Amino acid sequence: MLLLSFIVFTILNPRFATPNTIGIILQQVAVIAALAIGQTLVILTAGIDLSVGAIAILSSLVMASLAANNGVPGVLALLIGIGCGVLAGFINGTLVTRLNLPPFIVTLGTLSIFTALALLYSGGQEIGRRQLPPILNWAGTRIQLGPFRITTGVIVVAVLAAVMAFILSQTKWGRHVYAVGNDPEAARLVGIRVDRVLLSVYTVAGLIYGITAWVQIGRAGTASANSIVDANLDSITAVVIGGTSLFGGRGAIIGTILGALIVGVFRTGLSLAGVDDQWRVLLTGVLVIVAVSIDQWIRKVKA
Amino acid sequence: MSTPPTSELSAEEQGTVGLGAPVILADPKNTVLSGRGLVKTFGKVVGLDGVNIDLFPGEILSVIGDNGAGKSTLIKALTGALVPDAGEVYLDGQQVHFRTPQDARGSGIETVYQTLAVAPALDISANMFLGRERRRSGALGSVFRMLDKKGMKEDAGKSMANLGIATVQNMGQAVETLSGGQRQAVAVARAATFATKFVVLDEPTAALGVKETGQVLNLIQQIKAKGLPVILISHNMPNVFEVSDRIHIARLGGSAGVITPKSHTPTEAVAIMTGATTLQKG
Repeated sequence: MLLLSFIVFTILNPRFATPNTIGIILQQVAVIAALAIGQTLVILTAGIDLSVGAIAILSSLVMASLAANNGVPGVLALLIGIGCGVLAGFINGTLVTRLNLPPFIVTLGTLSIFTALALLYSGGQEIGRRQLPPILNWAGTRIQLGPFRITTGVIVVAVLAAVMAFILSQTKWGRHVYAVGNDPEAARLVGIRVDRVLLSVYTVAGLIYGITAWVQIGRAGTASANSIVDANLDSITAVVIGGTSLFGGRGAIIGTILGALIVGVFRTGLSLAGVDDQWRVLLTGVLVIVAVSIDQWIRKVKA
Repeated sequence: MSTPPTSELSAEEQGTVGLGAPVILADPKNTVLSGRGLVKTFGKVVGLDGVNIDLFPGEILSVIGDNGAGKSTLIKALTGALVPDAGEVYLDGQQVHFRTPQDARGSGIETVYQTLAVAPALDISANMFLGRERRRSGALGSVFRMLDKKGMKEDAGKSMANLGIATVQNMGQAVETLSGGQRQAVAVARAATFATKFVVLDEPTAALGVKETGQVLNLIQQIKAKGLPVILISHNMPNVFEVSDRIHIARLGGSAGVITPKSHTPTEAVAIMTGATTLQKG
């Protein structure tokens, strides 16, 4: 799928398959891909997280504001900001496991709560590059990797993806995440503490959103309550296109990263081919439906 | 049957004549598991009314009874899923107090549930070791927490082979690609591998077809051949009579007695179960 769209767009516009464009796509995709890693964790447990963007915005505003307005040292501000993400994820997890509410409802509520908190805290103000200490802008540092011009943020996300992929496929915790998503009753019967696994998943997802906030500040150069507003649906789109089942228990990080790349390639390709913005949105919608249909069809044929 | 037997019944009273073979309450020192005077009430509903039960080494003991007779409550009270209000449970002659199923598991009691308690998307080996994953040796295991996937696959294959399950070869196969019987075989193999005291099978064939049921019954006999006693809870009389050494009949929260496939016919068992006939005291 990724290869196919890549080839099509290269035919449409020869400028597409240049290291330059690829570098730009990677930079654009990084933030959504990172959020989608956290989203993958949650969706693997048959949940959904609508508060991804809100948590990332809250974290980014906290870290930026602490550093810019309260004179907190950069590193400390960064850690506190990421800590906010962890805490927000922990709150989601606690609500899901203690109140036994569906994740959709919990995160729909916390989406509003965290967004409002971010606005209340920042007073709606944007914090620009000049006000930020170097550490918070670090993820926007441009580096040359072979022919590709990327940012350190891309590397951060790549490392994050590799670490999470390893944890999910190679560790006990990862296996329990799949088991809990696949059949919570079976998991409980073999002695897995389902609530604990769920709580840890939402908390780790919060950690990932917190780290993403850092990458986002680096990419945008600012921290703003209006950034990454489409992040919720974009992250879910990436996960779904990447072949992770919304019913839980099936999927992988590598799929999510490919899913995010497909969306990125698609969008950049369409705009390089001179397609209107509205049509781009429309075609992305078509892409989701087509990609998932093909995926299901392939599964049926294989089985 | 008028009054259910209570824990106060002496060995003699518990014994039977007429239809029944004599049953004497054993000294818990000679049993793998003994329940004595187990009582469990749910509000005004009496789930267990002073039930006695014994499981001897190397035997297959079936527990039969009508719906609501207290089969499941009895088993749950023995395996920690329920804590009895009164009565004692002895494991190898030692009194035990299981508070959770994990306690019982920790003591070497494994249960296979009626619902196929396997995660369909995970492979056979992952299901076999679910909740008991092994890590790799050395730094890969202790620092990076890597699972010993290869070792677990090999051991899963060995356990399946030990029980004569030859139809499944690839331990990396997802459980959802298996038939219902093969899935249950995975669950039974898991129980047989990790149990050290005995295995409880709760309606293991309820969801299966005739041929698959036969495979599972065969597995039960394999477990017995390994020397592990088995408690089988079932509705299915032909199955029960095919594999059991002794049959405990639960009725109205109590016990209507213990029979053997030799002493009674399935029809008589059903009659005792439903209260049409009583194992007479004397």
